Order: sequence, then structure tokens, then C-alpha cells
Amino acid sequence: MLISIASGKGGTGKTLVATSLACAIKDTYSVELIDCDVEEPNAHIFINPEFTVSEVVETPVPKIDESKCNHCAKCSKACVFNAIAILNESVLTFPDLCHGCGVCAFVCERKAITEVPYRTGLIEKGYAPGIKFKQGKLDIGRAMATPVIKKLKEDAGKEQDVTFIDSPPGTSCSMVEAVDASDLCLLVTESTPFGLNDLELALQTINQLGVPGAVIINRARPEDRRVEQYCQQNQVPILMQIPLDYSIARLYSKGITLALGSPQWRENFRHLFEKTKELVR
Amino acid sequence: MKIAVSSTGASLNSQIEPRFGRCEQFIIVDPETMRFEVMENPGSIASGGAGITTAQEIARKGAEAVITGHCGPNAHRVLTTAGIDVITGVSGTVQEVVTGYIRGQYTPSVNPNAPEHFGAGAGFKRGKGKGSNL
Ligand code: SF4
Ligand code: SF4
Repeated sequence: MLISIASGKGGTGKTLVATSLACAIKDTYSVELIDCDVEEPNAHIFINPEFTVSEVVETPVPKIDESKCNHCAKCSKACVFNAIAILNESVLTFPDLCHGCGVCAFVCERKAITEVPYRTGLIEKGYAPGIKFKQGKLDIGRAMATPVIKKLKEDAGKEQDVTFIDSPPGTSCSMVEAVDASDLCLLVTESTPFGLNDLELALQTINQLGVPGAVIINRARPEDRRVEQYCQQNQVPILMQIPLDYSIARLYSKGITLALGSPQWRENFRHLFEKTKELVR
Repeated sequence: MKIAVSSTGASLNSQIEPRFGRCEQFIIVDPETMRFEVMENPGSIASGGAGITTAQEIARKGAEAVITGHCGPNAHRVLTTAGIDVITGVSGTVQEVVTGYIRGQYTPSVNPNAPEHFGAGAGFKRGKGKGSNL
């Protein structure tokens, strides 16, 4: 079972939910946690895994042999990402924009294009007690997160009973890549007008992917019911509310996730998982 | 000689458009005769790499100088490789800036003056200052 945890914006408590879920059920199920927030992976802080393997992520990008190229610009016209510029006398490629689709090499009649590997990031794999853990890191200065996420998810959900995916925030390509193909997406939000706005966008995105969603409200304030009302109107289940609470924030700031810092919350997260499982069925 | 100016409209009296890659049209002017043509910018509707395709199109038109507001690193690289002078940070009408250029009032910029995705609008990408390392 593949459960992704996402949010319309950063800092809502996505990682808290993902790590707490993993820790709460690890004695009952075999669990895998994949941190796909490759721009700033931080789940490891709460899981403390020992990393045993690391793999470089590379994408194939075009290399143009200028002695064969006649500057016909077919390649640059064919590239929807505009990763190639052909000028009268020179050729420029922009590997940071390249998605590695291979179309440019395919359309080049002069066979001037070969594909060369371009490093975009790193994947690390390891274990914490009861949890198989993976994370990806985008190299500094690189823009393309999707190849790293794709590689992270290669064999996701194949070995373990449950795989949790900590998605990048927002609704960009990298979030789509992380959430795609999951059985359910838990959207973590705050009960503020901003939180609601971002939640709506995130729900639209997962709808388009055909992934069912459920909501967790973090830093819930009883005086603001906007998110609750919205979810009721749109028949999106709210599975948990985590109050705005000083003791929770203090645990988190020490690098202790809720389910490990509090037996009561550990029970709450087990319960959350059972509810999630029912929605998947 | 030809000068390409990013423009908000289709005449010499139009105000300059500060964005380069997302500008809808360029006015390509011959400063000697002040004759011009309007170039629709393919980059304005590109999903990514707008500045690159815009710069390539301008190079293909044979322009020797570009006058605009902000120019990011990728477009800047294409333009300078093509040997085109890049004048940034300029405002006024197309007519005014072309005259200014001919009188030598502007110095071509050696470096880009906008981050990547500058004119792309909100929500395009998680906003975090990422310099290009090209
Ligand atoms: S398609 Fe091939 S020959 Fe044409 S410009 Fe591209 S690399 Fe050169
Ligand atoms: S591989 Fe695809 S994305 Fe990359 S430059 Fe070629 S056509 Fe563009």
C-alpha cells in the first residue's frame, strides 16, 4: 500500500505526520518511508536511519557534435522544454532544463546528437529500527527534481506492507511525481485562509491524478472552521486534527516526532492509519 | 543594423515591456530609417525556457542589440553567444530607447539582471533563489 503525505504549502507539518505514522505502526507492519522532498529532506532527523547505500542520479542530456551539425535547428524546434538553442554559428544546450526525453537525438538527421549523463542528485538508502528509509537530495544549483523522485520511487511499495511518501510541498511537477500512483494522499493543512487556498489547489491536483484524498488539520484552532466547512461541502474526509499545542512544538523542535514522544499520540496515529486503510479498501 | 526592443504594443510609441522571455511582442527597428517590424514572441507561451527560445528567435532575425528591462541568465547566455548587445534596466517608449541607444546612452550588460523564471508569474516554481551555475 502506497500512502503519500502532501500539502499545498511548506511548513504545515507534513513530515511530522509522515514520520509519526511510520513510527506508530512499525511494530505491526513492515514499513518503508521515502522522503521525496528532495530540495530539503528532513524526515531523517526524526527517524535517525543508518544509511548503507547511496546512488548518484543522472539524466541523459544531449551533447552536440558541432563538426556534424549544420544548424538546421530541428532539434531545438522539437524540444518542448527549450533546452537547446541553435544559432547561426554556435550551439548551446541547457542541461538544467532538459527532461532527458531523447526527442532531439531522434529528429537530428545528421546524427550529431549523443546522450551523455548529467548528474542531478543523490539517493540514500538505509534502515532505522523497523523502518526501511530512503531519501533523495537534489544537487545544489540543479532545478530538475523529478528524475530524483522517479528513481526514489522505482521499487516503492513492492517489498513492505506500507510505504509512506513524504512529498515536496506545493503542486509543482515534483509534487505530482511524488504523489502519482499512490493509493491515497493525506493532505496536511492549517486552519487559516492561506491553508484553505493551498488545500483547494492540492485537492484539484490529486483529483486530476485520480488519487483519492483525505485531510489532516495541523495547528487546528477551534475558532477557525473554514477548512472543516470546505471539506464537508466537498465530501473530503478529515481524519485527524492536531491542536496548536506548545508541548507538540517543543518535541518537534528537539527532533522527536509526535508518535515517539507521546504514547497518546502514538495511539492516535495508529488509529489514523487504520482509518486510512479503510479508505483505501 | 537591427535593434530588438521588448514592447507592450505594436508601435514606436509603445512603452517598453520590462520582461524579456514573457514579452508578447518585440519591435525590430532599423535605427537609420526608423522602419520596424513586429515580431510575435514564441517564448511568451512557452511552458519553460521562454527566454532561450525568445533569444534564439531574435538572433535569427539578425538583431545586433536587444533593449529590455530584465534579462535572465539563460537568455543572456544565448544573446551574448550570438554576439548581440544586451541593454537592460531601460524604460520609456520604443522610439526613445532606440534613439538613446544610437546616441550611446546605454552600456551593454555583461551579466544577467534577473533570476531564472523572473517573468513567469506566481506558482511557477517553488520560490527559492537558485543561481544558475552555467
Ligand atoms: S538537428 Fe542536428 S544538425 Fe540540426 S541543429 Fe540540431 S544537432 Fe544540428
Ligand atoms: S532530451 Fe528532450 S528535453 Fe532534453 S534537450 Fe532533447 S528534446 Fe529537449
